[in-house]
Amino acid sequence: MDDSITLKGIKQGLLVTFKPDIKWPDITARFMSLIDSQGSFFQGAHVTLAIGEREVRRHELANMQNLLLKRGVTVLAVISDSPTTQASARKLGLKTDLTTVEMEASPVDDEVVLKPPPIDPEERGTEGVLVRRTLRNGRTIHSEGHVVVMGDVNAGAVITAVGDVIVWGRLRGTVHAGVRGDEAAVVCALDLAPTQLRIAGHITISPEDRRRKPKPEKAFVRNGRIEAEAWE
Amino acid sequence: MGARVITVTSGKGGVGKTTATANLAVALALLDKKVVCIDADIGLRNLDVVMGLENRIVYDLVDVVEGRCKLRQAMVKDKRVPDLYLLPAAQTRDKTAVSPQDMVALTNQLRPDYDYILIDSPAGIEWGFRNALAPADEVVVVTNPEVSAVRDADRIVGLIEAEERKIPVSLVINRVKAAMVQRGDMLSVSDVMDILSIRLLGVIPEDENILVSSNKGSPLTLNNQTVMAGEAFRNIARRLTGEKVPLLKLEQKGGLLKRLSRLFGSSDSTA
Repeated sequence: MDDSITLKGIKQGLLVTFKPDIKWPDITARFMSLIDSQGSFFQGAHVTLAIGEREVRRHELANMQNLLLKRGVTVLAVISDSPTTQASARKLGLKTDLTTVEMEASPVDDEVVLKPPPIDPEERGTEGVLVRRTLRNGRTIHSEGHVVVMGDVNAGAVITAVGDVIVWGRLRGTVHAGVRGDEAAVVCALDLAPTQLRIAGHITISPEDRRRKPKPEKAFVRNGRIEAEAWE
Repeated sequence: MGARVITVTSGKGGVGKTTATANLAVALALLDKKVVCIDADIGLRNLDVVMGLENRIVYDLVDVVEGRCKLRQAMVKDKRVPDLYLLPAAQTRDKTAVSPQDMVALTNQLRPDYDYILIDSPAGIEWGFRNALAPADEVVVVTNPEVSAVRDADRIVGLIEAEERKIPVSLVINRVKAAMVQRGDMLSVSDVMDILSIRLLGVIPEDENILVSSNKGSPLTLNNQTVMAGEAFRNIARRLTGEKVPLLKLEQKGGLLKRLSRLFGSSDSTA
Protein backbone atom coordinates (compact mmCIF):
# COMPACT_ATOMS: atom_id res chain seq x y z
CA MET A 1 0.00 0.00 0.00
CA ASP A 2 1.30 3.44 -0.86
CA ASP A 3 1.30 6.30 1.62
CA SER A 4 -1.12 8.57 -0.23
CA ILE A 5 -3.98 7.34 1.96
CA THR A 6 -3.77 6.78 5.69
CA LEU A 7 -6.43 5.12 7.86
CA LYS A 8 -7.01 5.62 11.54
CA GLY A 9 -9.65 4.12 13.77
CA ILE A 10 -11.63 6.76 15.65
CA LYS A 11 -14.74 6.66 17.79
CA GLN A 12 -16.98 7.30 14.80
CA GLY A 13 -15.39 4.69 12.58
CA LEU A 14 -12.47 5.35 10.27
CA LEU A 15 -10.64 8.58 9.64
CA VAL A 16 -9.26 8.64 6.10
CA THR A 17 -6.56 11.18 5.35
CA PHE A 18 -5.50 11.95 1.80
CA LYS A 19 -2.06 13.20 0.88
CA PRO A 20 -2.46 16.72 -0.62
CA ASP A 21 -0.15 16.41 -3.65
CA ILE A 22 -2.13 13.79 -5.56
CA LYS A 23 -4.90 14.72 -7.98
CA TRP A 24 -8.48 14.03 -6.88
CA PRO A 25 -9.39 11.50 -9.62
CA ASP A 26 -6.19 9.68 -8.85
CA ILE A 27 -6.81 9.66 -5.11
CA THR A 28 -10.37 8.44 -5.69
CA ALA A 29 -9.14 5.55 -7.78
CA ARG A 30 -6.46 4.62 -5.22
CA PHE A 31 -8.95 4.71 -2.38
CA MET A 32 -11.37 2.43 -4.25
CA SER A 33 -8.70 -0.09 -5.16
CA LEU A 34 -7.56 -0.06 -1.53
CA ILE A 35 -11.10 -0.89 -0.40
CA ASP A 36 -11.48 -3.56 -3.05
CA SER A 37 -8.20 -5.17 -2.06
CA GLN A 38 -9.31 -5.53 1.59
CA GLY A 39 -12.28 -7.82 0.93
CA SER A 40 -15.13 -7.25 3.34
CA PHE A 41 -13.11 -5.18 5.83
CA PHE A 42 -14.77 -1.89 4.78
CA GLN A 43 -18.25 -3.37 4.43
CA GLY A 44 -20.62 -1.27 6.58
CA ALA A 45 -17.85 1.11 7.65
CA HIS A 46 -18.42 4.77 8.50
CA VAL A 47 -15.67 7.03 7.28
CA THR A 48 -14.71 10.61 7.90
CA LEU A 49 -12.65 12.12 5.11
CA ALA A 50 -9.84 14.47 6.06
CA ILE A 51 -9.16 16.46 2.92
CA GLY A 52 -6.99 19.29 4.22
CA GLU A 53 -6.67 22.44 2.10
CA ARG A 54 -7.56 20.79 -1.15
CA GLU A 55 -10.46 22.30 -3.06
CA VAL A 56 -12.95 19.63 -3.95
CA ARG A 57 -16.04 20.44 -5.97
CA ARG A 58 -19.42 19.08 -5.25
CA HIS A 59 -19.56 16.67 -8.19
CA GLU A 60 -16.10 15.36 -7.34
CA LEU A 61 -17.09 14.65 -3.78
CA ALA A 62 -20.43 13.21 -4.85
CA ASN A 63 -18.62 10.88 -7.20
CA MET A 64 -16.49 9.51 -4.37
CA GLN A 65 -19.51 9.25 -2.09
CA ASN A 66 -21.34 7.18 -4.71
CA LEU A 67 -18.39 4.90 -5.32
CA LEU A 68 -18.09 4.37 -1.56
CA LEU A 69 -21.80 3.71 -1.19
CA LYS A 70 -21.55 0.97 -3.84
CA ARG A 71 -18.93 -0.67 -1.61
CA GLY A 72 -21.13 -0.43 1.48
CA VAL A 73 -19.15 2.47 2.95
CA THR A 74 -20.97 5.50 4.40
CA VAL A 75 -19.39 8.95 4.51
CA LEU A 76 -20.17 10.63 7.83
CA ALA A 77 -18.25 13.87 7.56
CA VAL A 78 -15.68 15.80 5.59
CA ILE A 79 -12.99 17.71 7.41
CA SER A 80 -11.40 20.45 5.35
CA ASP A 81 -9.85 23.87 5.69
CA SER A 82 -11.08 24.92 2.27
CA PRO A 83 -14.40 26.84 2.20
CA THR A 84 -15.12 25.40 -1.26
CA THR A 85 -14.78 21.83 -0.03
CA GLN A 86 -16.79 22.56 3.10
CA ALA A 87 -19.56 24.00 0.95
CA SER A 88 -19.47 20.96 -1.32
CA ALA A 89 -19.82 18.69 1.68
CA ARG A 90 -22.72 20.66 3.14
CA LYS A 91 -24.55 20.58 -0.17
CA LEU A 92 -24.31 16.81 -0.04
CA GLY A 93 -25.71 16.78 3.49
CA LEU A 94 -22.39 15.82 5.07
CA LYS A 95 -21.07 17.22 8.31
CA THR A 96 -17.92 19.29 8.19
CA ASP A 97 -16.95 19.15 11.81
CA LEU A 98 -15.83 16.06 13.63
CA THR A 99 -16.95 17.34 17.03
CA THR A 100 -20.59 17.45 15.95
CA VAL A 101 -20.26 13.85 14.87
CA GLU A 102 -18.57 13.00 18.12
CA MET A 103 -21.25 14.68 20.22
CA GLU A 104 -23.96 12.74 18.53
CA ALA A 105 -22.17 9.45 18.43
CA SER A 106 -20.75 9.26 21.92
CA PRO A 107 -23.93 8.73 23.99
CA VAL A 108 -24.73 5.67 21.89
CA ASP A 109 -21.19 4.34 22.24
CA ASP A 110 -21.05 4.84 25.97
CA GLU A 111 -24.29 3.03 26.47
CA VAL A 112 -22.96 0.01 24.64
CA VAL A 113 -19.62 0.07 26.46
CA LEU A 114 -20.65 0.81 30.02
CA LYS A 115 -23.99 -0.87 30.56
CA PRO A 116 -23.94 -4.65 30.42
CA PRO A 117 -26.88 -5.95 28.45
CA PRO A 118 -29.81 -6.62 30.80
CA ILE A 119 -30.18 -10.28 31.68
CA ASP A 120 -33.36 -11.32 29.97
CA PRO A 121 -34.67 -14.51 31.62
CA GLU A 122 -35.17 -16.13 28.25
CA GLU A 123 -31.64 -15.33 27.20
CA ARG A 124 -29.81 -16.43 30.33
CA GLY A 125 -28.68 -19.72 28.88
CA THR A 126 -26.54 -18.00 26.32
CA GLU A 127 -23.93 -16.45 28.60
CA GLY A 128 -21.35 -18.32 30.56
CA VAL A 129 -17.96 -19.90 30.91
CA LEU A 130 -17.11 -23.43 29.87
CA VAL A 131 -14.14 -25.07 31.57
CA ARG A 132 -13.05 -28.28 29.94
CA ARG A 133 -10.69 -29.61 32.56
CA THR A 134 -10.46 -30.38 36.25
CA LEU A 135 -10.34 -27.36 38.53
CA ARG A 136 -7.70 -28.11 41.14
CA ASN A 137 -7.05 -26.69 44.60
CA GLY A 138 -6.46 -22.94 44.45
CA ARG A 139 -8.08 -22.36 41.05
CA THR A 140 -10.95 -19.89 40.85
CA ILE A 141 -13.56 -19.26 38.18
CA HIS A 142 -16.03 -16.40 38.05
CA SER A 143 -18.69 -15.69 35.47
CA GLU A 144 -21.26 -12.95 35.10
CA GLY A 145 -23.38 -15.71 33.57
CA HIS A 146 -23.28 -19.45 34.16
CA VAL A 147 -20.32 -21.76 34.77
CA VAL A 148 -20.09 -25.19 33.21
CA VAL A 149 -17.19 -27.46 34.15
CA MET A 150 -16.43 -30.63 32.24
CA GLY A 151 -14.23 -32.27 34.85
CA ASP A 152 -13.92 -32.38 38.61
CA VAL A 153 -13.91 -29.40 40.94
CA ASN A 154 -11.47 -30.38 43.68
CA ALA A 155 -11.48 -29.21 47.27
CA GLY A 156 -9.89 -25.77 47.47
CA ALA A 157 -11.20 -24.62 44.09
CA VAL A 158 -13.78 -21.81 44.08
CA ILE A 159 -16.53 -21.12 41.56
CA THR A 160 -18.74 -18.02 41.62
CA ALA A 161 -21.45 -17.34 39.08
CA VAL A 162 -24.22 -14.81 38.65
CA GLY A 163 -26.25 -17.64 37.14
CA ASP A 164 -26.09 -21.42 37.52
CA VAL A 165 -23.18 -23.79 38.06
CA ILE A 166 -23.12 -27.14 36.30
CA VAL A 167 -20.31 -29.64 36.97
CA TRP A 168 -20.02 -32.68 34.76
CA GLY A 169 -17.85 -34.41 37.29
CA ARG A 170 -17.29 -34.42 41.04
CA LEU A 171 -17.94 -31.18 42.86
CA ARG A 172 -15.85 -31.00 46.03
CA GLY A 173 -14.78 -27.35 46.11
CA THR A 174 -16.65 -24.23 47.16
CA VAL A 175 -19.38 -23.01 44.86
CA HIS A 176 -21.58 -19.91 44.89
CA ALA A 177 -24.40 -19.65 42.33
CA GLY A 178 -26.54 -16.54 41.99
CA VAL A 179 -23.88 -14.32 43.59
CA ARG A 180 -25.90 -11.19 42.74
CA GLY A 181 -28.88 -12.55 44.66
CA ASP A 182 -30.67 -14.72 42.13
CA GLU A 183 -32.53 -17.26 44.28
CA ALA A 184 -33.59 -19.20 41.20
CA ALA A 185 -29.97 -20.17 40.49
CA VAL A 186 -29.12 -23.88 40.74
CA VAL A 187 -26.00 -25.99 41.23
CA CYS A 188 -25.82 -29.38 39.52
CA ALA A 189 -23.09 -32.02 39.62
CA LEU A 190 -22.63 -35.69 38.83
CA ASP A 191 -21.41 -36.03 42.40
CA LEU A 192 -22.54 -33.14 44.56
CA ALA A 193 -20.23 -33.05 47.59
CA PRO A 194 -19.02 -29.44 47.87
CA THR A 195 -17.01 -28.13 50.79
CA GLN A 196 -19.54 -25.33 50.93
CA LEU A 197 -22.47 -24.52 48.70
CA ARG A 198 -24.05 -21.07 48.42
CA ILE A 199 -27.00 -19.89 46.38
CA ALA A 200 -27.75 -16.16 46.52
CA GLY A 201 -27.73 -15.37 50.25
CA HIS A 202 -28.08 -18.97 51.45
CA ILE A 203 -25.28 -21.21 52.58
CA THR A 204 -24.95 -24.90 53.37
CA ILE A 205 -22.43 -27.70 53.72
CA SER A 206 -22.55 -31.27 52.46
CA PRO A 207 -23.97 -33.92 54.80
CA GLU A 208 -21.39 -36.17 56.45
CA ASP A 209 -21.83 -39.60 54.93
CA ARG A 210 -18.58 -40.71 53.44
CA ARG A 211 -19.72 -44.05 52.12
CA ARG A 212 -22.61 -42.73 50.07
CA LYS A 213 -22.92 -43.65 46.45
CA PRO A 214 -22.19 -40.75 44.08
CA LYS A 215 -25.24 -39.70 42.11
CA PRO A 216 -26.17 -36.67 40.00
CA GLU A 217 -27.86 -34.07 42.15
CA LYS A 218 -29.26 -30.59 41.78
CA ALA A 219 -29.25 -28.01 44.57
CA PHE A 220 -31.67 -25.09 44.67
CA VAL A 221 -33.44 -22.80 47.11
CA ARG A 222 -36.82 -23.91 48.39
CA ASN A 223 -38.68 -22.30 51.29
CA GLY A 224 -35.70 -20.18 52.17
CA ARG A 225 -33.14 -22.99 52.40
CA ILE A 226 -30.92 -24.96 50.07
CA GLU A 227 -32.11 -28.43 49.17
CA ALA A 228 -30.70 -31.10 46.90
CA GLU A 229 -32.54 -33.70 44.92
CA ALA A 230 -31.78 -36.17 42.16
CA TRP A 231 -30.78 -34.46 38.93
CA GLU A 232 -32.75 -35.96 36.14
CA MET B 1 19.46 -34.81 23.32
CA GLY B 2 21.20 -35.41 26.62
CA ALA B 3 19.80 -35.63 30.09
CA ARG B 4 16.21 -35.69 31.19
CA VAL B 5 15.51 -33.16 33.88
CA ILE B 6 13.13 -34.50 36.52
CA THR B 7 11.92 -32.19 39.27
CA VAL B 8 10.74 -33.78 42.51
CA THR B 9 8.23 -31.61 44.32
CA SER B 10 5.24 -31.81 46.68
CA GLY B 11 3.84 -28.49 47.86
CA LYS B 12 3.65 -29.66 51.45
CA GLY B 13 6.85 -30.13 53.40
CA GLY B 14 7.96 -33.33 55.08
CA VAL B 15 6.34 -35.78 52.70
CA GLY B 16 9.65 -37.24 51.54
CA LYS B 17 10.83 -35.21 48.55
CA THR B 18 14.46 -35.26 49.57
CA THR B 19 14.38 -38.92 50.54
CA ALA B 20 12.78 -39.77 47.22
CA THR B 21 15.31 -37.70 45.27
CA ALA B 22 18.26 -39.32 47.02
CA ASN B 23 16.94 -42.85 46.66
CA LEU B 24 15.94 -42.43 43.02
CA ALA B 25 19.29 -40.85 42.18
CA VAL B 26 21.19 -43.76 43.71
CA ALA B 27 18.88 -46.32 42.10
CA LEU B 28 19.31 -44.71 38.68
CA ALA B 29 23.08 -44.60 39.13
CA LEU B 30 23.04 -48.29 40.01
CA LEU B 31 21.25 -48.88 36.69
CA ASP B 32 24.44 -47.48 35.09
CA LYS B 33 22.93 -44.07 34.37
CA LYS B 34 24.89 -40.86 34.74
CA VAL B 35 23.03 -38.85 37.33
CA VAL B 36 23.27 -35.38 38.89
CA CYS B 37 21.01 -34.26 41.71
CA ILE B 38 20.53 -30.58 42.31
CA ASP B 39 19.33 -29.34 45.66
CA ALA B 40 17.12 -26.35 44.84
CA ASP B 41 16.20 -25.72 48.47
CA ILE B 42 18.51 -22.78 48.99
CA GLY B 43 18.87 -21.80 52.61
CA LEU B 44 17.46 -25.09 53.90
CA ARG B 45 19.56 -27.70 52.20
CA ASN B 46 19.14 -31.35 53.18
CA LEU B 47 19.90 -33.47 50.18
CA ASP B 48 23.59 -33.52 50.97
CA VAL B 49 22.86 -34.81 54.48
CA VAL B 50 20.50 -37.53 53.32
CA MET B 51 23.03 -38.61 50.69
CA GLY B 52 25.88 -38.47 53.22
CA LEU B 53 27.91 -35.98 51.22
CA GLU B 54 27.69 -32.97 53.53
CA ASN B 55 31.32 -33.00 54.63
CA ARG B 56 32.63 -32.91 51.07
CA ILE B 57 30.95 -29.71 49.95
CA VAL B 58 33.30 -26.91 48.92
CA TYR B 59 31.23 -24.77 46.56
CA ASP B 60 27.50 -24.65 45.99
CA LEU B 61 24.79 -23.72 43.50
CA VAL B 62 24.91 -20.01 44.30
CA ASP B 63 28.71 -19.96 43.87
CA VAL B 64 28.22 -21.38 40.38
CA VAL B 65 25.44 -18.95 39.48
CA GLU B 66 27.43 -15.98 40.74
CA GLY B 67 30.56 -17.12 38.95
CA ARG B 68 32.79 -17.81 41.95
CA CYS B 69 33.60 -21.30 40.72
CA LYS B 70 33.20 -23.55 37.73
CA LEU B 71 30.22 -25.91 37.60
CA ARG B 72 32.55 -28.93 37.80
CA GLN B 73 34.15 -27.64 40.98
CA ALA B 74 30.83 -27.43 42.80
CA MET B 75 29.75 -30.95 41.93
CA VAL B 76 30.35 -33.50 44.65
CA LYS B 77 30.98 -37.03 43.41
CA ASP B 78 29.36 -39.89 45.29
CA LYS B 79 32.15 -42.46 45.45
CA ARG B 80 29.88 -45.36 46.39
CA VAL B 81 28.27 -45.56 42.94
CA PRO B 82 29.68 -45.23 39.41
CA ASP B 83 28.28 -41.94 38.12
CA LEU B 84 26.43 -39.90 40.70
CA TYR B 85 27.01 -36.25 41.50
CA LEU B 86 25.42 -33.74 43.83
CA LEU B 87 25.16 -30.03 43.20
CA PRO B 88 24.46 -28.75 46.71
CA ALA B 89 22.36 -25.74 47.65
CA ALA B 90 23.82 -22.77 49.48
CA GLN B 91 23.05 -22.75 53.14
CA THR B 92 23.80 -19.14 53.92
CA ARG B 93 21.83 -17.43 51.18
CA ASP B 94 18.16 -17.06 50.44
CA LYS B 95 16.43 -18.47 47.40
CA THR B 96 16.25 -15.17 45.52
CA ALA B 97 19.98 -15.60 44.85
CA VAL B 98 19.01 -17.90 41.97
CA SER B 99 16.50 -17.20 39.19
CA PRO B 100 14.52 -19.62 37.01
CA GLN B 101 16.68 -18.52 34.06
CA ASP B 102 19.80 -19.45 36.04
CA MET B 103 18.39 -22.92 36.61
CA VAL B 104 17.61 -23.38 32.93
CA ALA B 105 21.12 -22.23 31.94
CA LEU B 106 22.71 -24.47 34.55
CA THR B 107 20.83 -27.61 33.51
CA ASN B 108 21.49 -26.89 29.84
CA GLN B 109 25.18 -26.87 30.66
CA LEU B 110 24.84 -30.28 32.35
CA ARG B 111 22.50 -31.95 29.86
CA PRO B 112 25.05 -33.19 27.30
CA ASP B 113 27.08 -35.17 29.83
CA TYR B 114 24.39 -36.92 31.87
CA ASP B 115 21.35 -39.15 31.54
CA TYR B 116 19.30 -37.80 34.42
CA ILE B 117 19.23 -34.53 36.32
CA LEU B 118 17.07 -34.76 39.44
CA ILE B 119 16.04 -31.51 41.09
CA ASP B 120 14.96 -31.58 44.72
CA SER B 121 12.41 -28.78 45.01
CA PRO B 122 11.78 -26.87 48.23
CA ALA B 123 8.33 -27.05 49.80
CA GLY B 124 5.87 -24.33 48.89
CA ILE B 125 4.72 -22.76 45.66
CA GLU B 126 6.87 -19.65 45.55
CA TRP B 127 10.27 -18.70 44.24
CA GLY B 128 12.07 -21.93 45.04
CA PHE B 129 9.37 -24.02 43.42
CA ARG B 130 9.51 -21.79 40.33
CA ASN B 131 13.27 -22.28 40.19
CA ALA B 132 12.91 -26.02 40.39
CA LEU B 133 10.11 -26.14 37.82
CA ALA B 134 11.68 -23.89 35.17
CA PRO B 135 14.12 -26.44 33.69
CA ALA B 136 11.94 -29.54 34.22
CA ASP B 137 11.18 -31.97 31.39
CA GLU B 138 9.05 -33.92 33.78
CA VAL B 139 7.75 -33.53 37.32
CA VAL B 140 7.36 -36.15 40.01
CA VAL B 141 4.94 -35.07 42.73
CA VAL B 142 5.45 -36.79 46.09
CA THR B 143 2.55 -37.01 48.48
CA ASN B 144 1.40 -38.92 51.55
CA PRO B 145 -1.94 -40.65 52.00
CA GLU B 146 -3.12 -37.80 54.16
CA VAL B 147 -5.72 -35.17 53.26
CA SER B 148 -3.54 -32.07 53.67
CA ALA B 149 -0.67 -33.54 51.64
CA VAL B 150 -3.06 -34.55 48.87
CA ARG B 151 -4.60 -31.06 48.84
CA ASP B 152 -1.17 -29.51 48.40
CA ALA B 153 -0.26 -32.01 45.70
CA ASP B 154 -3.47 -31.05 43.92
CA ARG B 155 -2.49 -27.38 44.10
CA ILE B 156 0.96 -28.12 42.71
CA VAL B 157 -0.44 -30.22 39.86
CA GLY B 158 -2.83 -27.37 39.06
CA LEU B 159 0.07 -24.90 38.93
CA ILE B 160 2.09 -27.18 36.67
CA GLU B 161 -0.89 -27.73 34.39
CA ALA B 162 -1.35 -23.97 34.15
CA GLU B 163 2.17 -23.59 32.71
CA GLU B 164 2.29 -22.71 29.05
CA ARG B 165 4.49 -25.63 28.12
CA LYS B 166 3.05 -29.05 28.79
CA ILE B 167 5.12 -30.81 31.45
CA PRO B 168 4.28 -34.46 32.17
CA VAL B 169 3.44 -35.00 35.84
CA SER B 170 3.41 -38.28 37.73
CA LEU B 171 2.78 -39.21 41.33
CA VAL B 172 4.64 -41.05 44.07
CA ILE B 173 2.60 -41.89 47.15
CA ASN B 174 4.98 -42.20 50.07
CA ARG B 175 4.45 -43.60 53.58
CA VAL B 176 1.52 -45.88 52.90
CA LYS B 177 0.68 -48.01 55.92
CA ALA B 178 -0.94 -51.16 54.67
CA ALA B 179 -2.52 -52.08 57.96
CA MET B 180 -4.11 -48.66 58.46
CA VAL B 181 -5.51 -48.62 54.93
CA GLN B 182 -6.96 -52.04 55.52
CA ARG B 183 -8.73 -50.80 58.61
CA GLY B 184 -10.03 -47.82 56.62
CA ASP B 185 -8.07 -45.38 58.78
CA MET B 186 -5.86 -44.10 55.98
CA LEU B 187 -6.54 -42.88 52.46
CA SER B 188 -5.91 -45.71 50.03
CA VAL B 189 -3.96 -45.38 46.80
CA SER B 190 -7.23 -45.33 44.89
CA ASP B 191 -8.64 -42.59 47.15
CA VAL B 192 -5.61 -40.46 46.34
CA MET B 193 -5.75 -41.26 42.63
CA ASP B 194 -9.44 -40.41 42.64
CA ILE B 195 -8.64 -36.86 43.64
CA LEU B 196 -5.44 -36.23 41.72
CA SER B 197 -6.10 -38.36 38.61
CA ILE B 198 -2.53 -38.22 37.24
CA ARG B 199 -0.14 -41.01 36.30
CA LEU B 200 0.87 -43.14 39.29
CA LEU B 201 4.62 -43.71 39.23
CA GLY B 202 4.89 -45.70 42.43
CA VAL B 203 3.84 -46.39 45.98
CA ILE B 204 6.31 -46.48 48.88
CA PRO B 205 5.30 -48.26 52.06
CA GLU B 206 6.00 -46.64 55.42
CA ASP B 207 9.27 -48.05 56.63
CA GLU B 208 11.46 -47.28 59.65
CA ASN B 209 14.51 -48.16 57.59
CA ILE B 210 14.02 -44.99 55.56
CA LEU B 211 14.51 -42.81 58.61
CA VAL B 212 17.52 -44.82 59.73
CA SER B 213 19.16 -44.63 56.31
CA SER B 214 18.48 -40.90 56.00
CA ASN B 215 20.11 -40.28 59.34
CA LYS B 216 23.11 -42.33 58.34
CA GLY B 217 23.41 -40.55 55.01
CA SER B 218 23.16 -43.81 53.15
CA PRO B 219 20.07 -44.06 50.93
CA LEU B 220 18.19 -47.35 51.17
CA THR B 221 18.64 -48.09 47.50
CA LEU B 222 22.40 -48.04 48.02
CA ASN B 223 22.50 -51.25 49.96
CA ASN B 224 21.00 -54.19 48.27
CA GLN B 225 18.86 -54.80 51.30
CA THR B 226 15.65 -56.68 50.89
CA VAL B 227 13.57 -53.86 52.27
CA MET B 228 10.18 -53.11 50.74
CA ALA B 229 10.69 -49.36 50.55
CA GLY B 230 14.05 -49.79 48.85
CA GLU B 231 12.50 -52.19 46.39
CA ALA B 232 9.70 -49.72 45.68
CA PHE B 233 12.22 -46.93 44.96
CA ARG B 234 14.23 -49.22 42.68
CA ASN B 235 11.02 -50.04 40.79
CA ILE B 236 10.27 -46.35 40.34
CA ALA B 237 13.78 -45.76 39.00
CA ARG B 238 13.27 -48.57 36.48
CA ARG B 239 9.93 -47.05 35.46
CA LEU B 240 11.67 -43.71 34.92
CA THR B 241 14.02 -45.42 32.46
CA GLY B 242 10.99 -46.59 30.51
CA GLU B 243 10.95 -50.16 31.73
CA LYS B 244 7.52 -51.63 32.38
CA VAL B 245 7.50 -52.70 36.00
CA PRO B 246 4.15 -53.72 37.45
CA LEU B 247 3.02 -51.50 40.32
CA LEU B 248 3.02 -53.14 43.70
CA LYS B 249 -0.52 -51.87 43.74
CA LEU B 250 -1.95 -54.62 45.85
CA GLU B 251 0.45 -54.06 48.68
CA GLN B 252 -1.78 -51.62 50.49
CA LYS B 253 -4.69 -53.99 50.08
CA GLY B 254 -2.73 -56.28 52.36
CA GLY B 255 -2.48 -59.57 50.52
CA LEU B 256 0.54 -59.04 48.34
CA LEU B 257 2.33 -56.91 50.89
CA LYS B 258 2.00 -59.56 53.55
CA ARG B 259 3.20 -62.22 51.14
CA LEU B 260 6.11 -60.08 49.99
CA SER B 261 6.95 -59.10 53.53
CA ARG B 262 7.12 -62.71 54.55
CA LEU B 263 9.20 -63.39 51.48
CA PHE B 264 11.65 -60.66 52.38
CA GLY B 265 11.45 -61.26 56.08
CA SER B 266 10.36 -57.68 56.74
CA SER B 267 8.46 -56.83 59.86
CA ASP B 268 6.43 -54.19 58.04
CA SER B 269 3.11 -55.99 57.90
CA THR B 270 2.94 -56.29 61.64
CA ALA B 271 3.58 -52.57 62.15
